[in-house]
Amino acid sequence: MQTKEFLKRLSEASGVSGYEAGVRERVREEFSPCSDEIQVDTMGNLIALKRGEGPPGVPRRRIMLAGHMDEIGLLVSLMEKGFLRFTTVGGFDLRVLPGQEVVVHGRRDLPGIIGMRPPHVVSAEEREQTVPLEQLFIDVGLSEEELGRWVRVGDVVTVQRQFTELSGNLAAGKGFDDRAAVVCIANCLQHLTTLKHSWDVYAVATVQEETGLKGAITSTFGLTPDIGIAIDVGHGNMLGVPEVDTVNVGGGPAIGLGPNIHPSMYSRLVEVARANEIAYQVDPLPGASGTDAWAMQVTREGLPTALVSIPLRYMHTSVETLALKDLDRIGRLLSLFIASLDEAFAQEIGLANA
Amino acid sequence: MLLRQLSEAFGVSGHETAVRQLIVDAIKDVAHEYRVDALGNLIALKKGDGTSRKVMVAAHMDEVGLMIVRVEKEGSLRFRPVGGIDPRVLLSKKVLIGDKKVPGVIGVKPIHLLEPRARQQVMPIEEMSIDIGASSKEEADNLVRVGDYAAFDVSFGELGDTLRTVKGKAFDDRAGCAVLIELLRDSYPFDFYAVFTVQEEVGLRGAKVAAYSVAPDLAFALEGTICDDSPKKRDVSPTTVLGAGPAITVMDRSVISDRRLVDLLLATAQQQGIPYQFKQPGMGGTDAGAIHLAREGVPAAVVSVPSRYIHSPVCLLSLNDLDNTIRLMRETLRQVDALELARA
Repeated sequence: MQTKEFLKRLSEASGVSGYEAGVRERVREEFSPCSDEIQVDTMGNLIALKRGEGPPGVPRRRIMLAGHMDEIGLLVSLMEKGFLRFTTVGGFDLRVLPGQEVVVHGRRDLPGIIGMRPPHVVSAEEREQTVPLEQLFIDVGLSEEELGRWVRVGDVVTVQRQFTELSGNLAAGKGFDDRAAVVCIANCLQHLTTLKHSWDVYAVATVQEETGLKGAITSTFGLTPDIGIAIDVGHGNMLGVPEVDTVNVGGGPAIGLGPNIHPSMYSRLVEVARANEIAYQVDPLPGASGTDAWAMQVTREGLPTALVSIPLRYMHTSVETLALKDLDRIGRLLSLFIASLDEAFAQEIGLANA
Repeated sequence: MLLRQLSEAFGVSGHETAVRQLIVDAIKDVAHEYRVDALGNLIALKKGDGTSRKVMVAAHMDEVGLMIVRVEKEGSLRFRPVGGIDPRVLLSKKVLIGDKKVPGVIGVKPIHLLEPRARQQVMPIEEMSIDIGASSKEEADNLVRVGDYAAFDVSFGELGDTLRTVKGKAFDDRAGCAVLIELLRDSYPFDFYAVFTVQEEVGLRGAKVAAYSVAPDLAFALEGTICDDSPKKRDVSPTTVLGAGPAITVMDRSVISDRRLVDLLLATAQQQGIPYQFKQPGMGGTDAGAIHLAREGVPAAVVSVPSRYIHSPVCLLSLNDLDNTIRLMRETLRQVDALELARA
């Protein structure tokens, strides 16, 4: 599995929250060779099991890894004179929408444009305001009549963006939040085929994170793991944002620390990173992490949780930017962490006897 | 398809070289002569049968784009618009910079880090930057230079059925260039100057000097023009409507089309059954604005292919409109020689 190629395949797939089928199959293809079993649960979460090694008949501990495969998108809300009005699924900055290409998933996939009238006809007053949602529209270049044959209210729309390689081994594209994490997890599973580990690994590509961490809530309940690690994206350094609010793109995994994180899991991750000379950064999280980790931690009677973040610029735009080597580092870190798990660690973090 | 290649070629105002080269290759076997002037205008001539009249038809090669004005210490690039661009279309877009076409993205501070009120504020261009993946000025300097042009990275595509819609960048005015290249394939009794101008978007500059040197007896400008027939807050009539045919300009901000030419266009359209529409008066400006004031004046008119979303990364037009524009111009040019231009 090549990191860049897999990220490109996932990024260019369509899988808006609640409609993840388009990307799920690509994830399944990549997880299958390195896992023992794969299933899809009621919500659509893809769950791959890689069994640990141990005497038969003795129950093994479980670690769950979660990265979400859904992306933010749009939904057709109204058809107006041959154009489509829409609403958002997940958090969009409306300022990035004018002039953006999209795909409308109607009876067939229709390429479209979120149109913007040219400067010649826009008043000075209009130009000073962000175009509000009610005034945005999608143009698929069909006549009003044709449109009715192909599109309906409720059809899903994805942002269209080709994967781009930038200088410095960086890449830009849409949906890196959080498909880049799915790439890290696949990377980890691959490494695990060459390592001994005694815990069972449940690698989950979750659904509907962007609309309320929903896939994480239900999949964690169903799997009853002993510990969980969520992998998501964290704000990457960029011009105009104070360094204190970001982590460095290319600086390695950002390991979370704060109420959402079990301190021993944080320590173990840092230990493993140092011992294996994997560059890492500390990501202070004073409150809700805004990731699957937040939901995982409070499942059933509670779960020791950690969060590893991928530094990413321009989150929730169609030009999210990251360093490919950070993905390799995270895959490796997770696999080495898993290989280090033993019963002593379980006792240390206060897990009940297996 | 020629429109695809024209659309995907790079030629921001002031650096039209690649587009010009493409057009030279397309016309060198149909024009009798061609030359490139001091500003970069491509002036092609199809000689007539020896009558003295000269007809100039112009389409501009340049597109609106960006220019890199500064490389920041941490490797991002600051830029300014070349030609008129609404800053609201720039965020989260991809560009290609310089002749090496270095890819870059115009990013924005993520929504999660914004105060709610900031989401309503239009970000001025001065606060935007292009990320090419460089992490230092030294790294960036190896790839791009201050003064490099950047154009939107958008590929051409086909969309609809009945309207034969296509999308791509720079239909203003590669659509006009496509029409003009087709017109050059025909022969005319008069000397036909097909002028592919430069720098229209920064002040009709190429047309001004080309009209001086050609000194035509009459002229047409071909454009890809405003088509804002999408739903609007206040229901005002659209400037042009997609699919309704070539748009004839009676008056825009730069010129009042010579009524005799307008009447000829109308008569031709009606005789030949070619659909047409009037462009809403008072909108925009074109090369005709410069041409009609050359020397002692030139009767001029403007014919345009309606194009949605011009001056933004992705435009849209109907190939039906493009084909009908070619038809209208071809038929009109066949009759223009007989037009009486002397005033009583």
